Amino acid sequence: MDKLKTLIAKEFTLELRRKSVISGLALYLFSIIFICYLTFSLRQNLITPLVWTALFWITVLFTAVNTVAKSFIGERKGRDIYYYSVTSPASIIISKIIYNFLLCSLMSFTGFFLFILFLGNPVFDQFLFAIVIVLTSMGFASSLTLLSSIASKANNSSILMAVLSFPVVISILLMAVKVTKNCIDGLDRSVSWDEILILLAINCLVAAASYVLFPYIWRS
Amino acid sequence: MCCSRIFGVVKTVGSTQPAVGKMKQSWWKISSVILLVYTIIGGLLLEVPRLSIVNETIRALYFHVPMWFGMVFMFLVSIIYAVRYLRNPNRESDVVSVEFANTGLLFGILGIFTGMVWANYTWGSPWHGDPKQNGAAITLLVYLAYFVLRASVENEEQRARLSAVYNIFAFAAMVPLIFIIPRLQDSMHPGSGGNPGFNMYDLDSKMRVVFYPACIGWILLGGWIATLRIRMRTIDDKMNELDDEKNH
Repeated sequence: MDKLKTLIAKEFTLELRRKSVISGLALYLFSIIFICYLTFSLRQNLITPLVWTALFWITVLFTAVNTVAKSFIGERKGRDIYYYSVTSPASIIISKIIYNFLLCSLMSFTGFFLFILFLGNPVFDQFLFAIVIVLTSMGFASSLTLLSSIASKANNSSILMAVLSFPVVISILLMAVKVTKNCIDGLDRSVSWDEILILLAINCLVAAASYVLFPYIWRS
Repeated sequence: MCCSRIFGVVKTVGSTQPAVGKMKQSWWKISSVILLVYTIIGGLLLEVPRLSIVNETIRALYFHVPMWFGMVFMFLVSIIYAVRYLRNPNRESDVVSVEFANTGLLFGILGIFTGMVWANYTWGSPWHGDPKQNGAAITLLVYLAYFVLRASVENEEQRARLSAVYNIFAFAAMVPLIFIIPRLQDSMHPGSGGNPGFNMYDLDSKMRVVFYPACIGWILLGGWIATLRIRMRTIDDKMNELDDEKNH
C-alpha cells in the first residue's frame, strides 16, 4: 500500500516537474475542440445532440490515447531496470492505472467544460453524465495502460498504440455513447442502469486482464 | 489439452510411421471430408422450411453460421496456446497460437462474406450496419491489429510474448463485443431483436440433421488447415536453421 502511494506520488511529481507534457495535452484538447467550434460556427443548428455526442467522445478518445500513451513510451530505458529491482510489477501497473485514471478524468472534465463553452450543453442529466465520464476514464485508463506498455516495446510505437487500442476500447465507447444519448434526452435513470452496469463489468474485466498480463510484458 | 493430442501438432513432422498409425491419426481429416461432402450435397438438396423473404437463402445457415463457430473455436485454441506460451515459453506454442489465429481470421472473413451475400438478397444490401455485422468487423480489426503488432517487433522472443499478451487481452475485450452488446441492441439478424432464429422454424428438426454435422465438419477443416500451416512453418524454420549453420 505504501509502495503504491509512493509510486503514484512519484508520477505526480514527475508530471509537475516537466509541465510541458501536461500543458501540451491540454493544448491538444483545446485545439480539437476549437477546430470543432470553427467548423460548426457558421451553422450552430447543425450540432444536433447526436453530433455533439459523437464529437465529444471522439475528442475524449483521442485525448485519452495520447494521455496514456506517454505513460510507458516516454520512460527512459535505464529507469525500467531500477523499478525492476525495487518494486513488483503488480504495484507498477496499479499505480500507473490509478494515475492515468485521474489524469483521464481531469482531461475529460476539462473537455466537457470546453464543449459547454464553445458548442453548448445539450446534456440534461448532468450527474449521470459525470458518472459515465468517470467510468469511461476508468475503462480507458485500465485498457490503454497495458497497450501502451506493449506498444513501447515495439517499433513505430505511436502508430501501433492507435491500431491496438481502437478495437479494444470500442465496446466501452459504445456503452458510453448509449448512456450519453439517454442523458441528453433526459430519460429516467433506471433506463441507463443496464448500460452503467455493463460499463462497470467491462472495466473490471479489462483491469483484471491488465493486472494478470502485465508481469509477462515487464519481464523483458 | 485434448486439441494437441487430436491434432498431434509438430511432433508428427518428418516422422515415419506405419500405415495403420497414419490411418488412426487422420481419422478426423477423413471425417471432415465426409461431413463436408454431406453438408454440401444435403445442404443444397434436402428439404428446408418455406418462409417468405428468406426463401431458399435459409440454406446459408449451413455455410454462414458454422464459420462463426469455427472462428470462435480457432481463436479459443489460439488463446489456449498463448496462455501456454506465457506459462512455459517455447517456439511451438507460439507457432500454434499464430496459425490458429490466422485460420480464425480466414473463417471470420469468410463468415462476413457469406453473411453479405445472404444480406444482399434478404435485407436488400450487403452491408446494413447491423450490430452483428459491426461487431464481426471489429473482431476482425482486433486480429488484424494482432498481426500488425507481430510484424512490428523484431526480436523473436519478444514478438511471441507481446503478441500472446495482446491475444489474451483482445479476446477479453472482444467477449462483450460479440456476445453481449449485440443482444442489447435491436438487430435484424435472425435469432435476435425479436426475429426468430432457426430453432423456431425448424420444428421437425429437418435442418439440424445437416446443421450440426456442418459445424463439426467446418471446425475439423479449420483444424486441418491450421495443422498444415503449422507444419509448413516448422519446416521453414528448420530450413532456415540449416542455412544459418551452413553459412557460419
